[in-house]
Amino acid sequence: MSLILKNGIVYDPRNGMKGEKKDIFIENGKVVEKLRDRKAQVIDVSNKLVMPGGVEIHSHIAGGKVNVGRMLRPEDRLKLIMPRTPLTRSGAGFANPTAFMTGYLYSKMGYTTTFTPAMPPLMAKHTHEELHDIPMTDKGAYALTDGNWFIYKYLKEGDIDKCAAYVAWLLKATRGLAIKVVNPGGTEAWGWGKNCTSLDDPVPNFDITPREIIRGLMEVNERLGLPHSIHLHTTNLGRLGNYVTTLETLKIPNGTKAAFDRQVMHLTHLQFHCFGGDTWKNFESKADEVVKEVNKRENVAIDSGNVTLDETTTMTADGPMEYYLQSLSHLKWVNKNVEMETAPGVTPFIYSNKMSSSSIQWAIGLEVELLVKDPWKIMLTTDHPNGGPFFRYPRIIAWLMSRKYREKTMAEVHKAVQDHTILPTLDREYTLDEIATITRAAPARAFGPLAETKGHLGVGADGDVSVYDIDPRAFNPNDYLEIEERFSKAAYTVKGGEVVVKDGEIVKVVQGRTLWSSPPVNEALAREVMKDIEYSFKRYYSVNLANYPVAEGYLSGSTPIVTKSKIA
Amino acid sequence: MKEITLRPKEQPKVRLEAEVINPAVFAGKGLKEIEGLQIQLGNTRVRLADFFEVSGARVDDPKDLRIVIDGDAGHTKRIGEGMATGEILVRGGVDMYVGARMTGGRIIVEGDADSFAGQQMVGGELVIKGNAKDYVGSSYRGDWRGMRGGTITVEGNAGCENGEFMMGGKIHIKGSAGPFTGLHMKKGLIVVGGNAPRVGAQMQGGSIVVAGKMEKLLPGFWLEGEEENLKIEADSFEGRYLRYSGDHAEGNVKGLLYLKKPI
Repeated sequence: MSLILKNGIVYDPRNGMKGEKKDIFIENGKVVEKLRDRKAQVIDVSNKLVMPGGVEIHSHIAGGKVNVGRMLRPEDRLKLIMPRTPLTRSGAGFANPTAFMTGYLYSKMGYTTTFTPAMPPLMAKHTHEELHDIPMTDKGAYALTDGNWFIYKYLKEGDIDKCAAYVAWLLKATRGLAIKVVNPGGTEAWGWGKNCTSLDDPVPNFDITPREIIRGLMEVNERLGLPHSIHLHTTNLGRLGNYVTTLETLKIPNGTKAAFDRQVMHLTHLQFHCFGGDTWKNFESKADEVVKEVNKRENVAIDSGNVTLDETTTMTADGPMEYYLQSLSHLKWVNKNVEMETAPGVTPFIYSNKMSSSSIQWAIGLEVELLVKDPWKIMLTTDHPNGGPFFRYPRIIAWLMSRKYREKTMAEVHKAVQDHTILPTLDREYTLDEIATITRAAPARAFGPLAETKGHLGVGADGDVSVYDIDPRAFNPNDYLEIEERFSKAAYTVKGGEVVVKDGEIVKVVQGRTLWSSPPVNEALAREVMKDIEYSFKRYYSVNLANYPVAEGYLSGSTPIVTKSKIA
Repeated sequence: MKEITLRPKEQPKVRLEAEVINPAVFAGKGLKEIEGLQIQLGNTRVRLADFFEVSGARVDDPKDLRIVIDGDAGHTKRIGEGMATGEILVRGGVDMYVGARMTGGRIIVEGDADSFAGQQMVGGELVIKGNAKDYVGSSYRGDWRGMRGGTITVEGNAGCENGEFMMGGKIHIKGSAGPFTGLHMKKGLIVVGGNAPRVGAQMQGGSIVVAGKMEKLLPGFWLEGEEENLKIEADSFEGRYLRYSGDHAEGNVKGLLYLKKPI
């Protein structure tokens, strides 16, 4: 099976292609130099924009709390309904689309890889069952490690190797791709009605600080040679004046060496971490100060976490933060305790353009993107659904590419944006090359060896391509509504060499692969750690150890990534 | 007003969903087009004409259009959902969601209505001459934003949790109402002509008037005084009423409950 995309205008940042006319050849699911097969399907994409398939680095599309969000908000279903077609299943939900619909919506936008950032290990089976029901994209889940008692214990004892061996076991047991750290220590403290409010605030009963947890897990991550760095949602998300914590967090990786050509710390949804001021009256953006630090550091990457000014459902593993949020909004909320591991929360939130706080948050998200000098360091996200639903990406792309569009929206939001942010002074407009970087190449690069096959169109890359009905040579960024429309409906999405979307409609349903990390550990160390695990399961867990790991059969297209671990 | 009449044929056991029965949808369409409108029957789509005989002549302005359902539509849900103008007259009963999210115009149901009549209504008028089931003028399941405006009149009795999360407008139930009418109410007026138990649970604002008996006054209501010939905005009520504030189980409470004093 082979495919030729003929005469497209290609943007492929990894291979330095900035709008060159080039044919793309795909054979057996991979991009190749030349086709052996003479009967290839030929698609004429003359004067159309061709990019690698989109790579989603942070979107809550599966995991315990996504379903809790669906149960908490039946009314969300009413706002977006997709009827069944002969090819696709029905679905509903605006902030929390149902699983199948999630896959279709991503594919229609030209995305081919989607990672979900918060899998509570105890709920790994559920997470993979849900991922199984998301068609069209390759998937992966990051295991939550922020409130984990084993990790606290080993880090406190200073035993990085044992901690690494435990994390290796955890990733294999949960089929996790990367390590996610959410409000380190704070989620455990929340079990006692407390929180960690600075990086040096010790966790109750463990006498370990968030800073120690972050630094320890960072070392563990690199020792295991995991494809991604630690994926960090740092302390004090959404709190006034939290930019101080963010600046402190950015200094933690000093001196840590990455196992690959990538960051050692991925700081996620930065928008929620750039808050200045001490009351909601003097709430202001500190994106400039935070991004100045990001620009200086080679070993840090970020994603934006844009606010799209919609009614949405917030959900994070940061239980205390959700409690705080519902105390502001007085809306319904759920808190969930996952024994020994984490404590997520869920509550609806309305980002209204009439509210100063929502408007400033909208501006901060765009400031973060516009101020980061090197687009390879930043990735486009909305922290779906926390800042807004992922299918608003085309609108964010339009805001980034058109200053005129930003000005139009600025006139419609609360006037606080004028004085409390510097967005009005920012003239930068993203180029198509930069858009391809922040939605494709940079998220792939953040996954070290995965960047060989994802986020580019060079020989050996996965046959994942998106084509948009945009002629880059006759293109006016001020046609912002058109940009939004065209990026919403890919002319073609190609997944593994097969055309799955045509003119914004699904034409073929495919089941993607599930990527997970499998770091080797030497037997003696693994045995020693296993003793601790067995003991703790008998003593503390409500499930039997044998029932905890996810069997490989649960995964659709299981694709383990065996790493070069230093404890093998 | 010009009429288009729908005469029910033999009705299915599975309920129909026909939000297309709306003057704005019918306006500007010939009879053939109206007959061909798609409605939902279980998991299949059918034509309106499969279950209703359509007669009348094309009307262009929905303001001038009255849709008459000449018979019982007790197996048809969502009649007049989201309607903005014109009129619907049903010479029989209707199923759930009649007039849900309507913003204007008028619906008259001569028979009974099932649950969720006038759900999240924004404006207009809904009259039910028979009885209504639960959740008259309520919010959508899970939503904290209920009816915002317009008026609903039920001439018979109504079921439970009417005016749930109500934020404005008026509900008048001339008969009796089931428990928890005005649950989570924030604004607006609910009048119950007959009896109603356990009214106003967790209400934070708005007014409820009960002219009949009320069993089991909730403990969060505090007696504030008595009033003779009550006046609430444009409405007046004869007789002597006990005035309660509540529900004090909530914070920042402005809700008022008026209970007719037995003579």
